Amino acid sequence: MKMKKRIWIRSMVAAAAATALTGMAWAQGAPVKIGVLATLEGPFAAGGADGMRGAELAIKQRGGVVAGRRIEMVRASSNANPDVAVNAVRKLVEQDKVDIVVGPLSGGEGIAVKDYSRSQPNMTFINGGSGAQATTLQNPSPNFFRFNTEGAQWMVGLGKAAMDKGYKRVMVIAEDYAFPYSQVQGFMSEFCRLGGRVPSKAWVPLGGKDYSSVIARIPKDVDALLVVLGGADAVNFLNQYEAAGGDKPLMGGSITVSQDVLNYRGKRRDSLVGTISAGPYADSFDGADWRAFVADYQKNYPVSAGGYPSPSLFALVYYTNMKAALDALDAVKGDLSGGQARYRDALSKLELRMPTGTVRLDGNRQAIGTTFVTEVVKDSRGELTTRVLRKVDNVDQMLGMKREEFQMGSRDVPACP
Amino acid sequence: MSAAQWRRAMNGGLRASSSADAARLTARAAPSRATTLGVAAASDPYAGSGAPRWLKFFWRTLSPRHVFTLALLLVFPWLATPFLTFQVAAQALLLGTIALSLTFLGGYGGMVSLAQMSVAGMSGYALAIFGSSSTPISLGWPWWLAVIVALVIATACATVIGWLSVRTEGIYTIMITLAFGVAFYYLVLQNYTVFNGFQGFQRVYPPEVLGLNWREPVPFYFLCLFWAMAAYLAVKWLVRTPFGIALQGVRDNPRRMAALGFDVVAHRVAAYAVAGLMAAVGGVLLVWYNGLITPGSVNTGWQINILVIAVLGGMRHPIGAFLGAIIFVLLQTFAIDLIDRERFNLVIGVVFLAIVLFSPDGLLGLWAKLRSRFGSNQTVTSLQRRH
Repeated sequence: MKMKKRIWIRSMVAAAAATALTGMAWAQGAPVKIGVLATLEGPFAAGGADGMRGAELAIKQRGGVVAGRRIEMVRASSNANPDVAVNAVRKLVEQDKVDIVVGPLSGGEGIAVKDYSRSQPNMTFINGGSGAQATTLQNPSPNFFRFNTEGAQWMVGLGKAAMDKGYKRVMVIAEDYAFPYSQVQGFMSEFCRLGGRVPSKAWVPLGGKDYSSVIARIPKDVDALLVVLGGADAVNFLNQYEAAGGDKPLMGGSITVSQDVLNYRGKRRDSLVGTISAGPYADSFDGADWRAFVADYQKNYPVSAGGYPSPSLFALVYYTNMKAALDALDAVKGDLSGGQARYRDALSKLELRMPTGTVRLDGNRQAIGTTFVTEVVKDSRGELTTRVLRKVDNVDQMLGMKREEFQMGSRDVPACP
Repeated sequence: MSAAQWRRAMNGGLRASSSADAARLTARAAPSRATTLGVAAASDPYAGSGAPRWLKFFWRTLSPRHVFTLALLLVFPWLATPFLTFQVAAQALLLGTIALSLTFLGGYGGMVSLAQMSVAGMSGYALAIFGSSSTPISLGWPWWLAVIVALVIATACATVIGWLSVRTEGIYTIMITLAFGVAFYYLVLQNYTVFNGFQGFQRVYPPEVLGLNWREPVPFYFLCLFWAMAAYLAVKWLVRTPFGIALQGVRDNPRRMAALGFDVVAHRVAAYAVAGLMAAVGGVLLVWYNGLITPGSVNTGWQINILVIAVLGGMRHPIGAFLGAIIFVLLQTFAIDLIDRERFNLVIGVVFLAIVLFSPDGLLGLWAKLRSRFGSNQTVTSLQRRH
C-alpha cells in the first residue's frame, strides 16, 4: 500500500514537471503544432508507422524549425475506421490545439476527415496517405489539400505495360472499398481502351484471412491476375495462392508491391519476382533527389531501428504532404494568422519539388504528379526491390478523360468483360 | 431488489402453491404496488399522499447525491471545453446508454448478449437509409419519421434475436448473440444495394430543430444526457415493476418461476425488446455523433467494447454502464498521451485487466469494497454475490 502511494506521488510529480516543461516551451517562441494521424493499429499498422517516419523525416530535414518557428509534431492513431479517424482528428484539433493536420492514411478515413474539415473552416487539413478519388471529386472541402496523387493516378501506365507483356485477359482480386476501386479503375480505363479484357473481378473484404474461395474461382483462361490487396492481406493471399499451386503471373496494386510486402520473410516470396505494378515511386528510380531521399531515410531509420531497407509508399506520401505543409509555411514566413487564409493560398500555388518530380495542385486541391511503372526484381543482396519500366509525368485525376465523361471507379465501373 | 433478497423472498414463499400467492409476493417486493395491497405500507412515508405514482417513485429514489450529480451534469458544458463536452461526455453518455441495455439484460435478466452494438448499428443504418446522407441510397425521409422507423426496426430485430436466443443459457447465449453480430457485420460489409458496403453512409447529421444545430457540442450533450437519463430512470423503474421482479426471478430460478405459472420465454423476449429499444436510441445518437456509419462501427471489436464497458462499471447497478463508459472513453481518448504513441493500447488493456482482476464487480464493486473497509457501517448491497 505504501509502495503504491509512493508511485502515485512520483507519477503526480512527473506529470506536473511535464506540464511545466511544455508550458515553458510554449513561452519560448510559439511553435507550430502539426498533428499527424496515421494507422498505428489495425490492418495498416506497419504502413502507418512508416508514414509517421516519413512525416518526421520532412521535419528533421528542416532541423525542426521553419521560418524561425519550431515545429512540434503531435501524433495520433486510428485503425482504418472512419469514425475512429474523425475522433482522433477532433482530439488533435480541439484538445491538442494543433495548427495543421496531416493525415489520415486510408481511403474511407480520408473522406470522413474531409467532411469533418468543413466544420473547422479556419484550420488547414493536408492529406496523409489516403487515396480515395471521392475525397477531392465529391463535395471537395476548401481547406482539405492532397499533395499525393491518388489510387487511380497511381495505376496509369500499368494497362499498357500489361499489354506489352502479352496479358490480354486479366482477373482482378481486390479489397472491397474505395481505394482499390480507384486502383482498378486506373488500370482498367487504360487496359480496356487498348483492347484488354477483364472477365472477372473478385472483391474481398478488408482484413480477410481466407482466400480459398477466391482462388477456386480464378478462370483457367486468364493470362494474369491483378492483385490489389494491402499489407497482411497481400501476404495471406500470396501464401494461399502458392499453397494452392497457383502459377498465373501477377500484377500488383500500388500498395501490394510496397516495401512491407516485399519484406515479407516467407519462403515463397521469390514468386513475386517479375510482378509488374505501378505507383507514385520506385525503389530503384535513379533521380538524384530520390537517391538523396532514400539515403536520408536509411540514415535516420536504419533497419536495426525498425525502418525498412528503403522507404515504403506510406513513408513517401506522408513525407510529401508534410513537406508541402512546411514549404508553404516557409512561403508565408510562418504566418498562420487570419484564419490561415494566406497559408492556404500559398498551399494552392505551391510547386512542390519532390524526390520523384514536381507536384502541383488542380482546382480541387488535388495533386498532379508522376507515376512509375515498375517490375519486381531481386538485387545483389538478395532483397526484393523494384525496377522502373516507364515514368509517366503530369498524371491528373481525370486519367485523360474529359470531366463530363469521367465516372468515379466503383465495383462495376469501368467494365470490359 | 437484489438477487439475495429475491431468493429470501422465494424461500419464504415455498409454501405458496398457486400463482396467486406468487403475485402477492411480487407485490410485496415491489414498493410501487405496496400501497394498494398494504403489505409494506408502514415503511413508505409517502403512502398517504395523493401524488401521482411516478412522483412518489422519484421521492423514494432521490437522495442528495442524485441531486448533486444532476446539477453537475447540467452545468458541465459550461465548466468543460467543447471538446470534453462532445467527444468525452456526449460519447460516454451514448455508449453508456447502449451498455445500459446490456446491463439490464445481463444484470437483471441473466442474459449476456453481445448483439447490443449490432442492434444499435441496425437503428443507425436504418436512420441513414431512410433519412438523409451523402450516399444516393438514402431515401431522404423527414428526420422524425426516419428516427421512428429506425427505432421500430431495431427493436423488432432485437426481439427476433431475443426470441431465437432465449432458449440458450450462459456461454451459449454469448455465442449465439456474437454470431448474430458477426453476421450483421458481414452483411453490411458486403451488401452494396442497401448498406453501401465498406464505405457505409457519410454525412448523417442531426437535424436543425427549434433553431438549434443539434450537432453543436452543447445541444448534442443535452440530447445525449436526456436520453441517457431517460434510459437510466426507465431501468430503475422497470426493475421494480412486477415485470422487473419477475424477470429477476427468471434470472435466479427459471424452473421455479415456470412452476409458479410465469411465462419464462415471454419475460425474456420482452427484456430483449426493452433492451433493444434502449440500444436503438443509443444507435441513433451514435450515428449523429459520428456523422457517419460504416461496418467498422458494428464490428466484433465494438460488440466486445460494449461488454467491456458494462463489466468495467459493474453490472449490478444501472449507473455502472455510465461509469464504465466514462472510463472507457477517457482511456480511448487520452491513453495515447500517457505512453509511447505506438503502445497506447497496452495502457487500455492493463487498466481493464486491473479493474476486472481487483474487483470482479467493476468500479461499483471497488467503490463498495472501499466503503466497507474505510467508511461508514452502511450495508453494501453491491457486494452481495449471486451464485
